[in-house]
Amino acid sequence: MDDRSLVQRLHVDLQLLSGVLLLCLIGLVVLYSAGGENIEFTLRQGVRMCLGLLFMLCFAQVSPSRLERWSIWIYLLSLALLVTVLLVGHTGKGAQRWLDLGFFRFQPSELMKIAVPMMVAWLLAGENLPASLTRNLVACLVIILPVLLIVKQPDLGTALLVVVAGFSVIFIAGMSWRLLAGLFLLAASAVPVLWHFLHDYQRRRVLTFLDPEQDPLGAGYHIIQSKIAIGSGGMYGKGWLNGTQSHLEFLPERTTDFIFAVFSEEFGFMGAVLLISIYLFVVARGLNIAVSAQQTYGRLLAAGLVLTFFISVFVNIGMVTGQLPVVGVPLPLISHGGTSIVTLMVTFGILMSINSHRRMLSDQG
Amino acid sequence: MPVHFVFRNIVEESRLIRQRIYIAAALFILLFIIIFIRLFYLQVLQHEHFITLSQNNHIKVLPVPPLRGLIYSRDGMVLAENQPAFSLEIDPDRMDNLDQVVTNLARIVSIQDEDKERFYKLVKERRPSDKVPLRFNLDENEVAGFSVNRHRFPGVDVVARFYRRYPLQALTSHVVGYVGKIDENDLETLDKSDYLGTTHIGKLGIEKAYEDLLHGHVGHQQVEINAQGRIVRRDLPGSASPEPGKNVYLSLDISLQKIAENALAGKRGAIVAIDPNNGEVLAMVSAPAYDPNPFVNGIDAKSYKELLQSRDTPLLNRVLQGKYPPGSTIKPFLAITALAKRVRTPDDEIWCPGWFALKGNEHLYRDWKKGGHGHVNLGYAIMQSCDVYFYALANDLGISRLHDGLSDFGFGQKTGIDIGGESDGLVPSDEWKRKTYHQPWYAGETLIAGIGQGSLLATPMQLVTATAALANKGRLIPPQLAYAGKNIITGEVTRLEHNSFRQVSMYDPTYWKIITDAMVSVVHGEFGTARRSGLNAPYRFAGKTGTAQVIGVPQNEKYKKEDIPEEFQDHALFIAYAPAEAPRIAVAIIVENGGSGSGSAAPIARLLFDHYLLQQDDGQTHG
Repeated sequence: MDDRSLVQRLHVDLQLLSGVLLLCLIGLVVLYSAGGENIEFTLRQGVRMCLGLLFMLCFAQVSPSRLERWSIWIYLLSLALLVTVLLVGHTGKGAQRWLDLGFFRFQPSELMKIAVPMMVAWLLAGENLPASLTRNLVACLVIILPVLLIVKQPDLGTALLVVVAGFSVIFIAGMSWRLLAGLFLLAASAVPVLWHFLHDYQRRRVLTFLDPEQDPLGAGYHIIQSKIAIGSGGMYGKGWLNGTQSHLEFLPERTTDFIFAVFSEEFGFMGAVLLISIYLFVVARGLNIAVSAQQTYGRLLAAGLVLTFFISVFVNIGMVTGQLPVVGVPLPLISHGGTSIVTLMVTFGILMSINSHRRMLSDQG
Repeated sequence: MPVHFVFRNIVEESRLIRQRIYIAAALFILLFIIIFIRLFYLQVLQHEHFITLSQNNHIKVLPVPPLRGLIYSRDGMVLAENQPAFSLEIDPDRMDNLDQVVTNLARIVSIQDEDKERFYKLVKERRPSDKVPLRFNLDENEVAGFSVNRHRFPGVDVVARFYRRYPLQALTSHVVGYVGKIDENDLETLDKSDYLGTTHIGKLGIEKAYEDLLHGHVGHQQVEINAQGRIVRRDLPGSASPEPGKNVYLSLDISLQKIAENALAGKRGAIVAIDPNNGEVLAMVSAPAYDPNPFVNGIDAKSYKELLQSRDTPLLNRVLQGKYPPGSTIKPFLAITALAKRVRTPDDEIWCPGWFALKGNEHLYRDWKKGGHGHVNLGYAIMQSCDVYFYALANDLGISRLHDGLSDFGFGQKTGIDIGGESDGLVPSDEWKRKTYHQPWYAGETLIAGIGQGSLLATPMQLVTATAALANKGRLIPPQLAYAGKNIITGEVTRLEHNSFRQVSMYDPTYWKIITDAMVSVVHGEFGTARRSGLNAPYRFAGKTGTAQVIGVPQNEKYKKEDIPEEFQDHALFIAYAPAEAPRIAVAIIVENGGSGSGSAAPIARLLFDHYLLQQDDGQTHG
């Protein structure tokens, strides 16, 4: 009766999966070295990855049309969680990003990286593209609301990625170039106004972000050491576990934001090219899925998610190699951290679902 | 969500999206090319330059952790200080065979099994790349012994650090709390760059609540290291001093605290005293307590297990988390509720035959006094703690107004004390019972609540806060332990803000005095339940005794004290404030299984008042 293979029935896309698994594997290998050869530390990340894969599998089963119907609810729920974090965080001094669910903590702002593109895609797919001006403006509002809440936490890196995720969808949905330019100008002119509303300490953060030398233990020193690590890696690298920059602790944040420098020091230019090629492969596969999706919602969402994924890779490598200012954006699937792994896996689950449910549709037709 | 049908121009739409995706793809390729070029530039073209830099990389910026602020009491005692000590620290990342190194080290410095156990636990819990202490408090001989052999142990160092010490030990553990090693959970919430180099963080009590103030801000220092990563020169230019943490001042009066601790020596219980005028906590004792010092560097598993499993639960902060039936100490608050809601006037009298029964129900609710109190008005009912008067009062109020009245005094809610970690206690209501037990509320339960028994539960901190409100004509002020922070460099002192107070409403303001007079008669009246504690006092104070049953005594059964095991004997309670005319101190005292409030709890209040108001030193105040 059902002559599809198990993989097909589980809505798994083997190309995407192999790319993701490869990245995870590389991630664990680098993390073992960057984390000071601490096997437990590495294993814990491995467990998080497995949990993430489980999430991926679950989301691959949810059809895009169902996701479309859920969009607004997922968005509202995430928004409610964000507000909760701010309220609870107020009394709990300092801990404003995390929701403690007892057995684990998670960051609702991470959820927004998926909820916002879903909501925007749902909104814009509601009528013929290109969407009307009103719809586009509502979409902007849908993006800005959570972003303001995240900036207030303050978590500029995640806020940036949520903006990217939302506007990627708007861009893909074909907002006219004139409107895009207008939006850009508007955003630029809003900066001084926003500046007024920031707390002192938030302004200081933004200033450090623009001028890393202001934070001698932080960004400026990070960049110098990171460039030395990458450059001294050379063509073939110093070899696994042999990176002096990381092992003698010159390199800060080496398990999180700066893990690419550890990788490049130990595996050299060839390693870096290989790693980036795998990212490129995953992105290409993702875009392919987006192009061949049949429903407007699926297309917009898939493309939006892939764009966000790509831009996090680019921003991270750009900052580690000293081309972009230091923002707290981790290297997807490689950097240490729980919630971000899970959100990424959910992203891939959604992509697989969009791909696989299309095929089923055409099989039947 | 409105469902409407959209006529889609599928061809046009798909062309548009495709076009945009291709544009994005083109952009991606461009950006990737930029990254490749950049990497090629850094790793291939500039490789020589960077490899030289990496080989000569011997200037390292090291964080310099700030010195933690000290904690003082109102009377100038140091409650938490920093003590310099040498510790032996190991970098597990640089060990091929950790066990072998530990064994070798044990030949040079003394290493006990506890040290090893704690060490391996810390190795597991550490932040990546943290060094882990194996031994603390090395003596001079051990330091010298290791220095001679240092070349044999790369990755091992003797480090001089400041460690937190609590000189008063158990006396203030439930107030000050303690610091402990930063673990993975702390990492998720703290400002990482400010805690570079900091090893400890407040885990409980004042240490946790005022972490922001106490910690200070990190500084940095440039050092020269050799190829093994050892520091060879420290005095390089380009450093910035850390900003030390602020000292924190508590309103606690240690001499009073000691008297309270002595009064509870060998017993379980809680004593809390506050200044009713501003909510400042003067004494706060939960007995038994524990020594916080071992927690600083990780308590060994055996001692911790002992503390956890002790039947006396020393780790429990009874003042904030102990939930007790308030017994008769609840009566003044119910009297005010009845006056405020105009269910009673002060002069209304009832007849007390020694029991009370609901209409159409033969169950008898007994008074503690067998023959009854005869004719009783409100003042007399408080003085003699007449149960029948309050059965009737509670019955006339009804559970809903009773609940509202007690909630006005802060029962059933956190008091808002600055160190947090409080229980809510419980003021039962119809709604609560339906939600929790899916059962209706019975009139009999209202009677039981009227004498502070049944499901009604209060923490000592709630009791003292409400008592202070009595002393204050209804002003309910959240209690506070810390009142100031001091920057030790500039000498600048910041007052710590108090939470705003709330006014309990009263139908006739002169009624406050009626309650105070009744409570004064408890202590100074001819028939007052606590008259023995008021004898010969050079000041007048207001109080109320309470005796809370731990187990229910079935109807008609005789209650013989001697037959009941100690842990089921009644809790003794007492609330009081003094001087009655212009109160300066309010207390709540609970002696677990102490028997009667008048016998075990009230005399303690007298001791505290005598000391605080007369400033006398009876020579027994040393810990």
